[in-house]
Amino acid sequence: MAREKKRRSGRRSPFAAAALIGIGLLLTGGAYAGASAAMAAGNDAPTASLTVEDGKKLFQANCATCHGLDLEGTANGPSLYGVGAMAVDFQVGTGRMPLQMTGPQAPQKPVQFTEPEILAMADYVQQVGGGPAIAEGEVISGEGDVAHGAELFRINCAMCHNVAAAGGALTEGKYAPSLLGVEPRHIYAAMVTGPQNMPVFSDMNLTPEDKQNIIAALVWMQENESAGGFTLGSLGPVSEGLFIWIFGIGALVAFTVWITAKSN
Amino acid sequence: MAHEVEASEHDRGPAPSSGLAVAVADPVQNPGLPPHRPRVTDTDPKKMRHAVRTVYTLFYLSIAGSIWAIAAYMLFPIEDGAILAIRHNNLFIGLGIALALLAIGIGAIHWSKAIMSDHEQIEPRHPTRGRESTREAAVQAFAEANEESGFGRRTMIRNSLIAALVASIAPGVVLFRGLAPFDSPDHPNAGNPVELLSHTMWKDGMRLARDPSGVPIKASEVTLGSAFHVIPEPLAELSHHDGYLEEKAKAIVLLMRLLPEQLHEEEDRKDWSYNGIVAYSKVCTHVGCPVALYEQQTHHLLCPCHQSQFDVSRGAAVIFGPAARPLPQLPITVDDEGYLIARSDFTEPVGPSFWERH
Repeated sequence: MAREKKRRSGRRSPFAAAALIGIGLLLTGGAYAGASAAMAAGNDAPTASLTVEDGKKLFQANCATCHGLDLEGTANGPSLYGVGAMAVDFQVGTGRMPLQMTGPQAPQKPVQFTEPEILAMADYVQQVGGGPAIAEGEVISGEGDVAHGAELFRINCAMCHNVAAAGGALTEGKYAPSLLGVEPRHIYAAMVTGPQNMPVFSDMNLTPEDKQNIIAALVWMQENESAGGFTLGSLGPVSEGLFIWIFGIGALVAFTVWITAKSN
Repeated sequence: MAHEVEASEHDRGPAPSSGLAVAVADPVQNPGLPPHRPRVTDTDPKKMRHAVRTVYTLFYLSIAGSIWAIAAYMLFPIEDGAILAIRHNNLFIGLGIALALLAIGIGAIHWSKAIMSDHEQIEPRHPTRGRESTREAAVQAFAEANEESGFGRRTMIRNSLIAALVASIAPGVVLFRGLAPFDSPDHPNAGNPVELLSHTMWKDGMRLARDPSGVPIKASEVTLGSAFHVIPEPLAELSHHDGYLEEKAKAIVLLMRLLPEQLHEEEDRKDWSYNGIVAYSKVCTHVGCPVALYEQQTHHLLCPCHQSQFDVSRGAAVIFGPAARPLPQLPITVDDEGYLIARSDFTEPVGPSFWERH
């Protein structure tokens, strides 16, 4: 009775509010998507090919505050002489540079520049300061002796980056990042340039062939699922222990309570 | 339901003595069993039939689980050695066996809880102390046995038996001692653990080489900020049976290059490094984990096991954590061909404390 009365007197359907909100969300969302697509298209067009001169401008606008107008370095940032295009491609291409704040750890952030912009800055730094060029070809193909690469990885890398390449803690809040999902050319660059607190593994320590094998092992790890079921972050006894304490012992407690409780 | 309590005066044992303690005026009273509450399966025949159905369904489910585990063994074979095949094989066989065992357990518990008779029953535990007559009989039995065997009287027999028993253990002691390592011409110190723990295979003039290839390292190859994982050059040729792992576990070294002005060396160790290149034992002085987490900007070495930190720029001094001593330093120099060589063995035992080193 009450429902019928309400329907006659009310002019709006009970779904009106929900429908109105839905329409509003669709309109604003659609408009935003369209606008950002248009902006993205507008951004992409002029960066198709950038010269060293463009790289210089980008560097002076975005990097010179800390690294100096001529790569000479300041109190806030190191000189970039000798780091080469490889270091620029690694630091900027993985979103580490520009830094949010100075410190020994450079966290990975969303990449701030497009690929051509990064390459232009890399060309500029390479031209002025020299250093290793961006790795290409067979060494970063991800193919090689996986078993030998994994042995070299365990000896040289695993103590910081974890034997499953899942990353690990260092001192005072610093950490070695996870290597899963990192592009081969960036792994190669990290070994050659020793970014932040990572030691340098020059070609005289690990030959390019050694590096190729290590990358092959890492690519194999990225492509192959864990044989042992859930990895729980591959962090070893901490996450596994936490899981079994909460869910394993929790299940035992629940079963014990059920066994000793009186039936209804 | 009647509570079946059977307790005679004897079964309660002797009354506890209050001794000199304060007499408790209001000791905790045994509250007894709560009043009996009939279950739904006792009162409602429909519920009872349902419970019966649940239990045998669980047992049939268990049979299905067992059959599934057998089927999974055939359906997901590990034939081509693919890792994913092992994973599927383990997963599906495990699910089948887990279902088979869990369903039996849950069914049995549900059966006993919901269907079996549930009247409460008390079975009092017999007292720990025996009756006086039992205790006296036991003493009597020992006295009689002593009397009849003459164990206490014929001391020659008794003592020679004790001597024979002690002597029978002696061959075991000798045999087990033979299982321990012993000195031999090839391994002159094998039977002396203190000697083994105090020395490594490093010797004057031995080249520092890369782990695991054994390729020797030139000083010019160690660039600033580098960290090399080092073994003695001859180690790479040792086979497993020649003690490769035993020697490696003691001799592993981390080689790092700092700017010479960053190194704060003690006077007597000034010539232990070469152009800012220093070599330290990789075995933690706490409990022996490999310390190799080197931060090239702070020059700190971190042990991943218990977070001991060592400052490489100051003789690997302990700056944090449970390690008791700095990491032992390997004195190094270069030979005529520019290769890095050791100047001697470590001057102190590497690794954690042991009974003659604190």
